[in-house]
Amino acid sequence: MFPDSKIPEGSIAEKWDKHKFNVKLVNPANKRKYDIIVVGTGLAGGAAAASLAELGYNVKAFTYHDSPRRAHSIAAQGGINAAKNYQNDGDSVYRLFYDTVKGGDYRAREANVYRLAQVSVNIIDQCVAQGVPFAREYGGLLANRSFGGAQVSRTFYARGQTGQQLLLGAYSALSRQISYGKVKMYTRSELLDVVVIDGQARGIVTRNLVNGKIESHTAHAVVLATGGYGNVFYLSTNAKYCNVTAAWRAHKKGAYFANPCFTQIHPTCIPVSGDYQSKLTLMSESLRNDGRVWVPKTVEMAERLRKGEIHVNDIKEEERDYFLERKYPAFGNLVPRDVASRNAKQMCDEGRGVGSSGLAVYLDFADVIKRIGEEAVSQKYGNLFDMYAKITDENPYKQPMRIYPAVHYTMGGLWVDYNLQTTIPGLYATGECNFSDHGANRLGASALMQGLADGYFVIPYTIGDYLAKTPAKLEDSNKVAINAQHPAFVAAEQEVRDRTAKFLAMRGNRTPDEFHKALGHIMWEYCGMARNAKGLTFAKAEIQKLRREFWQDLKLVGSGEEMNQALEKAGRVADFLELGELMVDDALNRNESCGGHFREEYQDEKGEAQRDDENYAYVAAWEFMGDNQPERLNKEPLVFENVKLSKRSYE
Amino acid sequence: MAGSNPNAKPMNLTLNVWRQPNRDAQGQIVEYKVKDISPDMSFLEMLDVLNEDLLHQGQDPVAFDHDCREGICGSCDLFINGRSHGPEKGTTTCQLHMRKFSDGDTITIEPWRAHAFPVNKDLSVDRSAFDRIIQAGGYVNVNTGGAPDGNEIPIPKDIADRAFEAATCIGCGACVAACKNASAMLFVSAKVSQLALLPQGQVERKTRVENMVAQMDIEGFGACTNIGSCAAECPVGISLENIAMLNREFLAAKATSNNLA
Ligand SMILES: Cc1cc2nc3c(=O)[nH]c(=O)nc-3n(C[C@H](O)[C@H](O)[C@H](O)COP(=O)(O)OP(=O)(O)OC[C@H]3O[C@@H](n4cnc5c(N)ncnc54)[C@H](O)[C@@H]3O)c2cc1C
Ligand code: SF4
Ligand code: FES
Repeated sequence: MFPDSKIPEGSIAEKWDKHKFNVKLVNPANKRKYDIIVVGTGLAGGAAAASLAELGYNVKAFTYHDSPRRAHSIAAQGGINAAKNYQNDGDSVYRLFYDTVKGGDYRAREANVYRLAQVSVNIIDQCVAQGVPFAREYGGLLANRSFGGAQVSRTFYARGQTGQQLLLGAYSALSRQISYGKVKMYTRSELLDVVVIDGQARGIVTRNLVNGKIESHTAHAVVLATGGYGNVFYLSTNAKYCNVTAAWRAHKKGAYFANPCFTQIHPTCIPVSGDYQSKLTLMSESLRNDGRVWVPKTVEMAERLRKGEIHVNDIKEEERDYFLERKYPAFGNLVPRDVASRNAKQMCDEGRGVGSSGLAVYLDFADVIKRIGEEAVSQKYGNLFDMYAKITDENPYKQPMRIYPAVHYTMGGLWVDYNLQTTIPGLYATGECNFSDHGANRLGASALMQGLADGYFVIPYTIGDYLAKTPAKLEDSNKVAINAQHPAFVAAEQEVRDRTAKFLAMRGNRTPDEFHKALGHIMWEYCGMARNAKGLTFAKAEIQKLRREFWQDLKLVGSGEEMNQALEKAGRVADFLELGELMVDDALNRNESCGGHFREEYQDEKGEAQRDDENYAYVAAWEFMGDNQPERLNKEPLVFENVKLSKRSYE
Repeated sequence: MAGSNPNAKPMNLTLNVWRQPNRDAQGQIVEYKVKDISPDMSFLEMLDVLNEDLLHQGQDPVAFDHDCREGICGSCDLFINGRSHGPEKGTTTCQLHMRKFSDGDTITIEPWRAHAFPVNKDLSVDRSAFDRIIQAGGYVNVNTGGAPDGNEIPIPKDIADRAFEAATCIGCGACVAACKNASAMLFVSAKVSQLALLPQGQVERKTRVENMVAQMDIEGFGACTNIGSCAAECPVGISLENIAMLNREFLAAKATSNNLA
């Protein structure tokens, strides 16, 4: 039997309100008797930690960063969606819900998505109250823009730094609770294991990244808000430290991992420039509102461009192929990310790619500059244009940007029920680290919305329901007190120490980064923008081989009792090497194309994705069965009662 | 694969890097050589090359802080050839590219130097003092839930834009490292200005500035003597106007203090 997804009864519009009424409440005077661990201080974790502390719980918050303000959420550029309908252009909770389910290619749970759309409006109010300086119109009201895949203007933004401003808002709320003593903040502390006693999450084991100390922390419930795993590909738009360790440790302790192969490849990133490349930089999707995507019409012309024989500005209008506008007249350059990415790849595969590597297409701003002037364009996108110029040494006001798709976001993640609880009671997952709301493809500006929805408005209610049924006294079923001396914590600490010792003892020849790059290469080639059974089968064997080599030939120096960044990296790569194989298994299992998962065997004559609703309208939730054992597939059927399943067409 | 500039020639460089095993240990400059550095590399990618070399030679790689590598998280913090974040104006270390250097150059790389920012190891410093300053009052006292509709608080665009400019501080600490007094005034003023400009920040306007300035002093940052090196080295262009505003706010608050304690 699949674990209950706990979707409340009733019509879609009533579910959340009814549920809020039905959940058990913890008496205000009792809240201070409960400890909650929140791991991660990005939008999801920062918002959760602050809100839970405001309610009166004792919160311990953890981050591997030196400050909660540095979480990867800070890098989000484009904006955050909310169904405010301030623009009077026909938006509504229902439309945001509908767009998200459709954009996700019908692989998300309706009830969760509807709730997300409902609370989206509260998020904006909350952030404004905190002093988040959103963009405004001259009349003083909030400004909006439209964002990839949406035909209404529902995206709120703060120039090209929306994530920064939202995160600093959550950080300020968190700082306030730290100053009140309701949140105890542990920085530079990395979760290395989740401790489960009698089937319930009871705490975590961490390593202090400055002095190497291994520590145990107990709690009545644990919330993971540890972000996405896009860095399994080595090169991605994620920050360098982003990793899967927290989610993976939880998975190995019994939490199901859902839809791991659902990866979002973002169409507009600065192309790779050399082997030394350490990460890829996103150029916000908002640029597609004004930028036009094109390649030369002929392979010959593309070749001459690549060799530097002609300059891009020499190519005449009639020699350009604005392929998104041509193929998708209704949406043009604003088609969803997966569609835009696949088309860019297709152009490059045809030999019409540009840049010295041929792995790039143009994003051209000449028209908009002509229309509204350089000054106005700079007002809108100045920081992005500057960033582009710094990295490439080219001036995007004078010539088109070169862009190429890159790994950006992971829709898959820990399986959670409607309450955001994983399959381990007392363990919750929020933000990008869960799988819940985006199906097989996430719409632009919806990750920030989900992180803050989970943190500010969902978890504060749903966790109370669990705590209300949990005794305040922390003890196991044998009445043994649960603290750092409890045998389960002692064992978990020992396991962490042994693993560290094992890494250090190998003294092999290859560095953690070399293994990571090798894994990333396999993932990108065979489990990236396009996948097929043959490639995936090959990749599985390659990953297993690489993993064996890793555990024999890893090179590290120093000890675990000091700051040792290569050792930290090794632990994260070890987990990526296991996750990678599961992603491949998941991609192999899913014999259909949907959203970001494109199986070459399943496409129509025009090359568009072919979904198989009859056989694959389910969430694939994988269950860990032991090291080097095949994982067990559990299927949560997806039932669509409000949105009719149809072919996702953007023509 | 060729870089974006096919004519760029690889460089050989000498690096003088601050090495310090931990907070309490003595530190020293150690010389390293790196070869075949592409001008299209970022400064941190160049350090990645050094660290891979060191690890292969069985030597301890150089510890340094970084994460986003796109100039927004504020993690990276290197003092390069005597300047916060190196020679390029308005740029974080991670966005500095090697094309700003030439073949044969010697580059000195040190951590931020400030009493309030102790060294963790090598180039990594502890900037938690900044967090404690924010905890002292860098927020609006609102709980989650119950906020009025966002459009019930209209804010003139120019005010919203100015508040936004101040709010873009990434908390890197370059201003402190650039200042001969190791003052944190620019950092503190950015947050004070943001909230003093906005209607949401009015209620606690006076207590906020007093408490944040008091915490800044407790942390051991130096006094501001209006030299302006902070703003000159700030990677995101936080302007000295914020310090002027902080001073005005502080004087006004002191004159009519709301702090009853
Ligand atoms: C360049 C870029 C631009 C983007 N732009 C947008 C946009 O415009 N709009 C939008 O909606 N979305 C955008 N996204 C996506 C969005 O930013 C993320 O999905 C979202 O911010 C994730 O938030 P989070 O809170 O779940 O995780 P994160 O912000 O990644 O936070 C993770 C936290 O967990 C901590 N952590 C992780 N593992 C451990 C561990 N083992 N131990 C201790 N701590 C741990 C980290 O320290 C960190 O505090 C963008 C993403 C990228 C990469
Ligand atoms: S004011 Fe500028 S230099 Fe100082 S911390 Fe903020 S961003 Fe860094
Ligand atoms: S690494 Fe994030 S600002 Fe430099």
